[in-house]
Amino acid sequence: MTVVERREIALVDLLDRLLAGGVVITGDVTLRIADVDLVRIDLNALISSVNRNVPSPFGD
Amino acid sequence: MTGLRYVYAVCRPFGAALQSQLAGVAGDPPRLLPHGDLVAVVSHVPQADFAEEALRAHLEDLDWLTATARAHQQVVDALTAVTTPLPLRLATVFRDDSGVRVMLEEREAAFRRTLDRLDGRVEWGVKVYVEADPAQQAEPERPAASAPAAPKPVSGRDYLRQRRRQTRANDDLWSRAEEFATGLHTRLSDRADGARLHAPQNPRLSGAAGRNVLNAAYLVARDASEEFVEMVDRTKDDAPGIRVELTGPWAAYSFAGEGEGEGS
Repeated sequence: MTVVERREIALVDLLDRLLAGGVVITGDVTLRIADVDLVRIDLNALISSVNRNVPSPFGD
Repeated sequence: MTGLRYVYAVCRPFGAALQSQLAGVAGDPPRLLPHGDLVAVVSHVPQADFAEEALRAHLEDLDWLTATARAHQQVVDALTAVTTPLPLRLATVFRDDSGVRVMLEEREAAFRRTLDRLDGRVEWGVKVYVEADPAQQAEPERPAASAPAAPKPVSGRDYLRQRRRQTRANDDLWSRAEEFATGLHTRLSDRADGARLHAPQNPRLSGAAGRNVLNAAYLVARDASEEFVEMVDRTKDDAPGIRVELTGPWAAYSFAGEGEGEGS
């Protein structure tokens, strides 16, 4: 069997799934993260931090 | 500890113990909240961070979002080792245990259907990149600072010739990439129990080299996964200038919605 590389999961891959996947349930705290505007993440922050190659806060 | 309840996933009851050193999104280890035939995996989170206003602000904070997303994923990943979880979207929060129970009860039928559909399956992510960035190269008169400089044309005719050559090479690469991605997606979809296309990733966000032309997720039975992975691996050297990346196995995040991933 081919060994699957287990690199650290990229944040973008994670957000594809956690913000656009998963069961959408309106909890008691109503926040429509849904497919809307991706929570208006500060894209500038995202871009600069990716470029700076910031290590994961978990260091794994 | 009081506070709100953060729900990671819904599962069928499972016998195995959850990995013990899981931190949970706010440092509170996840626990199981059984109700009827289902189990919600929850942890306590402070009202100060997860009430609506606070949550909204936090979600725009990249460090907070990153930490929360990774913690959420770690719990779901641990669940994947012992059962087939139905992952919930990031930051699904309830006031208390009884709020979670009411939710489980109201949606029981749908949860069961989805859990049945996902049972014994995982998600694999496959991305295809075009290594060179044709859009950038096709505009040599305005080269990006980072683009490697083409040899300076010495005359107008030179310039045009160079330009034409580049454009043709780029068109070629593009159509080959499109053909490659479409073919790969068709072949992989045939082998999968479901397929879903995510939006191509912005290279500035992913930090990945090249342009992302396919960003797909496939729902695959665990016992067919080895074959699936080999199939992806085999394509990796097929096409010069084109790169294939595999991620996973993931919990079936991309197939958790009702009605998604059915029909194939």
